[in-house]
Amino acid sequence: MIETMERTTPAVETLMEVRGLQVDYGRVRAVDGVDLDIRAGEVVGLAGESGSGKSTVANAVMQILRPPAHIAGGTVRFRGQDLTQLDAEALRRHRWRNVSMVFQSAMNALNPVMRVGDQFVDTMRAHEKIDRKHALGRAGELLETVGIDKKRLRAYPHELSGGMRQRVIIAMALALDPELLILDEPTTALDVVVQREILQQLDALKRDFGFATLFITHDLSLLLEFADRINIMYAGEIVESASSEALFTAPQHPYTRGLMESFPPLRGPKVKLVGIPGSPPDLVAPPSGCRFHPRCPLHTAEEPERRRQEEERPLLRELAPGHLVACHLAGRT
Amino acid sequence: MSTLEVEGLTKQFPVASGFLTGKRGRVHAVDDVSFTLRPGRITALVGESGSGKSTVARLLVRLYDPTSGTIRLGDRDVTKERARSYRSQVQMIFQDPFGSLNPAKTIHHHIARPLLIHDVVPRHEVDARVHELLETVGLVPPEQVAAKYPHQLSGGQRQRVAIARTLAVEPVVLLADEPTSMLDVSIRIGILNLMLRLKEERQIAFLYVTHDLASARYVADDILVMYAGQIVEHGPVEQVLAEPLHPYTQLLLSAVPDPRAREHETIAVRAGRAAAAIDPKPGCRFVGRCPIAIPVCSQVTPPLVEATPLQSARCHVNAPAPEAIQ
Repeated sequence: MIETMERTTPAVETLMEVRGLQVDYGRVRAVDGVDLDIRAGEVVGLAGESGSGKSTVANAVMQILRPPAHIAGGTVRFRGQDLTQLDAEALRRHRWRNVSMVFQSAMNALNPVMRVGDQFVDTMRAHEKIDRKHALGRAGELLETVGIDKKRLRAYPHELSGGMRQRVIIAMALALDPELLILDEPTTALDVVVQREILQQLDALKRDFGFATLFITHDLSLLLEFADRINIMYAGEIVESASSEALFTAPQHPYTRGLMESFPPLRGPKVKLVGIPGSPPDLVAPPSGCRFHPRCPLHTAEEPERRRQEEERPLLRELAPGHLVACHLAGRT
Repeated sequence: MSTLEVEGLTKQFPVASGFLTGKRGRVHAVDDVSFTLRPGRITALVGESGSGKSTVARLLVRLYDPTSGTIRLGDRDVTKERARSYRSQVQMIFQDPFGSLNPAKTIHHHIARPLLIHDVVPRHEVDARVHELLETVGLVPPEQVAAKYPHQLSGGQRQRVAIARTLAVEPVVLLADEPTSMLDVSIRIGILNLMLRLKEERQIAFLYVTHDLASARYVADDILVMYAGQIVEHGPVEQVLAEPLHPYTQLLLSAVPDPRAREHETIAVRAGRAAAAIDPKPGCRFVGRCPIAIPVCSQVTPPLVEATPLQSARCHVNAPAPEAIQ
């Protein structure tokens, strides 16, 4: 949640606008007051550790939360239309066509007894009137754009490597030319060389197709390289939001700084890293006040700061144009 | 302090290669691997999935018998050894701290057990030693931690318990198989720092098996790069990562996400897998993906050649064998 509503006015139109999103799993609030804007053609990163709520945000944006998870508050608007108000049929048309999603283990989601081409045809024909021949033709083109020979349309999933299956899924997600592609840990299960190959292709596809991307991962270094803007999630909240450059050169939240201190560098001087003490909180009983305070290096015993940190929830403040931070102390020390 | 020396280690697994013919092939999971683990040094074994790196670790703890090759601990040939005394000297830390602890037993039980089984200390000193070990791995206060059950601890804490348990038997060699890959990013570095401290304080010889080059650089002194069952490059970690000889090491390095080089040049990636091959033909295993291959590469398996001091690679182009031997 944001302290003031005055934000830098976007120059490009906003595709997805999430405001005050709250998602509950039974009694546990997994996402608590998340704001998120995705503009046309932009790559927005959402980084966080397990249990931070990043995938729950994606599922809420896609409107595929499964009970007991449900939206407890806030709005999710796509081009101004509140998705939480749409009925099942309208949502079915919305998915794939406007927004499509690639999951971490999506490569295992292909039907093992169906040829790749037929799975493309099914997907396309569920959403538009197109005959089989044309659908297969387009499927072939899509496969080629992700670097797979169109002859592979006749292949069964087990005949393809993990990296190829994941690329098939990406091609399929682009079949209806969506405006927003959500990637939830799209390369986490893959080796580093395959990961780079896929990310490079996505970068090229983005230039050709012009879709926006919401990229969710625990790997901040990936986002620093590939995203335009990055949101850092901790314990169900966004604690920092900034351009990749600003986040890399001047991270403001102690949690973001700690995350940066958790990735050993591959080049340059060798430094001793400390990581972050403690572990991410249990959301059944999240810490009071600032949720990061039990692990925070700036946490102090001195009043009145101690009281604020432990009792008052910090809201996102705009420290520099487009750079939002939810920390009582950021920019004030 | 003894060193662990591995010489020509090879492991082949039989597989049915022809679907209907029933022909038997052999996967060359580990092929002619040699290295030495020295006290107070961490050696990183780096490779992609299927490259054989975990099989090497399993051969060393004697979970498998090697097809050929020798393993020596100090001056003893332990290739066929399955004795308890060997197991207590060479211990393994597994990837999954969730799967390696018994949910029905307290932390105290997990650490006291090896102390009792291997008669490390007299019975009346077991409690004190359990607490000491918990303190060593940074789990404090030890009295409280010891009374807990695995589910009451976080992933990072559980991995520390697993490490304390291996330390209980006072090993000289520790094999850590991707010890941080199941943990949250912010607590991984703590486990790596613990390894660094144990190496210094206890002069343990570490083998750190990982797919993560950056963490290998952070903890290791030496690096072994594995591809399709073979070591394709080895040497001091800083030297290898600064000036890699083998094209595969170069490819791996360029693929790692690097925010410090945001304008990343697009790298030429050639599809292919690092996995071990079934009945491989002679020739370099990387030849199909190699940008600098020459004709000999598809005919002769390149030997490991020390091309620059301390640094060796299996590459006909960048680490050619001296003429005299050819």
